[in-house]
Amino acid sequence: MNFLDSWLDWSPTLLNGLWLSIRITFVSLLLGLPLGMVLAVAATARRAWVRYLAIAFIELGRGAPAIVVLQLFYFGLPSTGLTLASMTAAVVALGLTTAAFTSEILRGGINAVPPGTLEASAALAVGPLDTLRYITLPQALRIALAPLLGFAILIFQATALCTTIAVPELLSQAYSIGSSTFQYLSVLILAGLMYAVITIPSGWLVTRAEARMSRHLRPAN
Amino acid sequence: MEHLNAVLSGIPMTLLVTAASFAIGATAAIPLTLLMMSPWRPGRLLARVFTDIIRGLPPVVWLFIIYFGVSIGGFQFDAVSAAIMGLGVVSAAYLAEIYRSGVLSLHEGQWEAAAAMGVGRLDTVARVVAPQAIRVAVPAATGYAISLLKDSAVASTIGVTGIAYMATQDARSNAGGLPVYLFAAALYVLLAVPVAVAARLAGNAMQRKVSR
Repeated sequence: MNFLDSWLDWSPTLLNGLWLSIRITFVSLLLGLPLGMVLAVAATARRAWVRYLAIAFIELGRGAPAIVVLQLFYFGLPSTGLTLASMTAAVVALGLTTAAFTSEILRGGINAVPPGTLEASAALAVGPLDTLRYITLPQALRIALAPLLGFAILIFQATALCTTIAVPELLSQAYSIGSSTFQYLSVLILAGLMYAVITIPSGWLVTRAEARMSRHLRPAN
Repeated sequence: MEHLNAVLSGIPMTLLVTAASFAIGATAAIPLTLLMMSPWRPGRLLARVFTDIIRGLPPVVWLFIIYFGVSIGGFQFDAVSAAIMGLGVVSAAYLAEIYRSGVLSLHEGQWEAAAAMGVGRLDTVARVVAPQAIRVAVPAATGYAISLLKDSAVASTIGVTGIAYMATQDARSNAGGLPVYLFAAALYVLLAVPVAVAARLAGNAMQRKVSR
């Protein structure tokens, strides 16, 4: 089993790359989710300019390919005199993409909160901030949980694009092994399996979360 | 201005890759959907495993596998074919899921009525279920086409000269910098608009003929 031997040889390097991909995913989510929350609230703000600014940012962030955003921060920003290290550019770009996408998911969650609970909280004289903190967000987050997990999988996949800006993540490690051994197919398949080992079980988790969150919609037995 | 022209010159390639891979995906998704929904268990399992694996890998990894990995007796795909193939296969997996939910959204009565009228299973699928399911699937398939337009930017990694590639070329060689990328990003957003409008019009016209 020739290829298994080489797979064993390559595994440590690839696993290092995988670990970096996972860390980029987490940092991007950590940066992006709070900003997404702010954008979700800003997109429904009463001041028109705040609203328009937020919506413009969201639409550009969702509409632009992640690879263009990555390269914008890595190859584009230096022309303004600001040069980012490749890792920084990666997490900033993916973090902003995360913010744009998750703001829409969170807004969907906020809109899906039953209006009766908001009326009840107003009737009980709960202030607007407390309503947001104790009534709206806990319910909205529950509703948004499954789509947010689904998005996290997409961002994990998007880390593969960081290859183009010289981040030594999984795909980039696989590619450099390929270019020195010329066994592209074998090493790329191994890298692909490593992506799949993370994404496929996570996908099942999303399906389970969806089923759990919509339990109340099924007729009781 | 020359920077903007450079980026604009990537539009035809971006549209070609998007349209060709969507066409492949939309066609290949039909047998995949049939397999997914077939009464034959191993078939369903096979379709499940296939779509899970296709969707489990980042699209750029598929492009790399096809472009750098596949060589059949000295034959290798050129970048454009590899991109169209890769994105086509990925689209097939996603579109099959969309078709499937279109079929599931139809009322069971459609199947029952066809059976009661003595329509065979094949005819039921081809003439009763499919025409309606496709109409239901149009909005979701459009959404997918728009995200495919964005995903086609990934093909720049293997040298396909779409918008994303032209922007990077220009930024690197002519020091176009930030504005070029912002223009490229905005261009992807703008290109999605006509697709969305056309599909909404087509969808509205088609929706009227669905029974649920």
